Amino acid sequence: MLALPCPHCGTRDEAEFQFGGEPAIRPPSAVTDTVWADYVYMRSNEKGPHRELWCHAGGCGQWFVLTRDTATHAVLP
Amino acid sequence: MSRTPFRTRYSAAGLLRQGLAGQTGWGEAWRAPAPKPRYDFVIIGGGGHGLATAYYLAKLHGANRVAVLEKGWIGGGNTGRNTTIVRSNYFFPESAALYDHALRLYEGLSQELNYNIMLSQRGVVTIAHSHHDMELMARSVNAMLINGIDVELLDAEGVHREIKIANRDPDARYPIHGGFVQRRGGIARHDAVAWGYARAADAMGVDIIQNCEVTGFRFDGARVVGVETSRGPIAAGRIGMAVSGHSGVLAAKAGFKLPIQSYALQAMVTEPVKPVLDTVILSGSTGIYCSQSDKGEMVFGAGLDLYPSYAQRGNLPVGQTIIAALLDMFPRFRTLKLLRQWAGIVDVCWDYSPLIGRSPVEGLYLNCGWGTGGFKAIPAGGWLLAHILATGQHHPISAPFDLNRFTTGRLIDEAAGAGIAH
Repeated sequence: MLALPCPHCGTRDEAEFQFGGEPAIRPPSAVTDTVWADYVYMRSNEKGPHRELWCHAGGCGQWFVLTRDTATHAVLP
Repeated sequence: MSRTPFRTRYSAAGLLRQGLAGQTGWGEAWRAPAPKPRYDFVIIGGGGHGLATAYYLAKLHGANRVAVLEKGWIGGGNTGRNTTIVRSNYFFPESAALYDHALRLYEGLSQELNYNIMLSQRGVVTIAHSHHDMELMARSVNAMLINGIDVELLDAEGVHREIKIANRDPDARYPIHGGFVQRRGGIARHDAVAWGYARAADAMGVDIIQNCEVTGFRFDGARVVGVETSRGPIAAGRIGMAVSGHSGVLAAKAGFKLPIQSYALQAMVTEPVKPVLDTVILSGSTGIYCSQSDKGEMVFGAGLDLYPSYAQRGNLPVGQTIIAALLDMFPRFRTLKLLRQWAGIVDVCWDYSPLIGRSPVEGLYLNCGWGTGGFKAIPAGGWLLAHILATGQHHPISAPFDLNRFTTGRLIDEAAGAGIAH
């Protein structure tokens, strides 16, 4: 069971959260298909420290960015 | 097709001889060679897909300088962690062609490899739990029939004829409304698939090098010309990668990203009991899939742990959901004890279809993105990667699964066909 730190509610069980992917900045609409595909589909998918978005969907609804180790599941400071 | 030059062919007579000799005369099934400085083809990943690739390169394309590099032991990753189901009941023609190619190769594999992969075509029954499930299923079944796949739609009684012990309670949370069956589907012995391909590839001169981790790539300009490994550098003409969950890690070493996220997929087995379930069951609504192994264990799994993971273990909330789904369908299983629970790291593409073909780096070719369903595809994945490595060209079956589909937008969305709750 993951225990994740919601910035609003504090540490809660993983069942209350939804994973939201890797944070990315949307490119301007006038870009090549390759740049757009890179933004929409390509992922770093790191093993180890991984910056990721989470939503406290079953709680307050807050979105937040978290760094988590994907090899150990440890939440990193 | 030429006969594979095994040093020892396995046979009933050989088994008898060894039995009389106290099992003392069995030779090694494959060598443990030191890596050579250069190969024509280097395959990264000694799971089913990598070993099959090496086998078909040697067997069908006459390649004689081939190495398989495995960071652990062969078949120790997802090939040894899956629930051993084989089937080809997919919606899109591209997928049906791909997975049925795999199933046809599986059907002849024990003979071809002189190794019993214990293919048991006991049928795969997929369950519908509502009128709406049933309507969608009828549409899928029609598509599969047009794709040339052997499937039959079943009413509720038809499902109960196939699965005698399924829950008949109409007030069940997920009552059985009907389903469909692919009778050529079933299970195979997963370790035997890896070992059979390894032994046959080795017999044709392929070097299978275990405990050899690829730590980086060697470039000549923009082209990959070799790999750095924990056992020294190895030069290569062409390199194929078949490393499933770690595809993103390897891609990063070569300097590109993939449309893949890696997740943990759990599976479990119960204690062994006498035969009660003689088919494979799947349910799209609960995500559950279950079969009874030849030893008598119930082998089952369901959804992914829905966040990226390389931890090779599943967490309890999803585990509990999986067990609840199993018990809803088979209430009598609540007396069984759970023997083991584990997870494999699966590489899921956004359209739940695999990636086969060129990578963004010249000289490096992909076989990945099989996600939750790689085992059933092993013969085809190896066959198709061998084809593109040897010829430089896609086979018509693999062309739709090229990486470029994520730029052109021509995705093959098999979210339902994958049969796993996402």
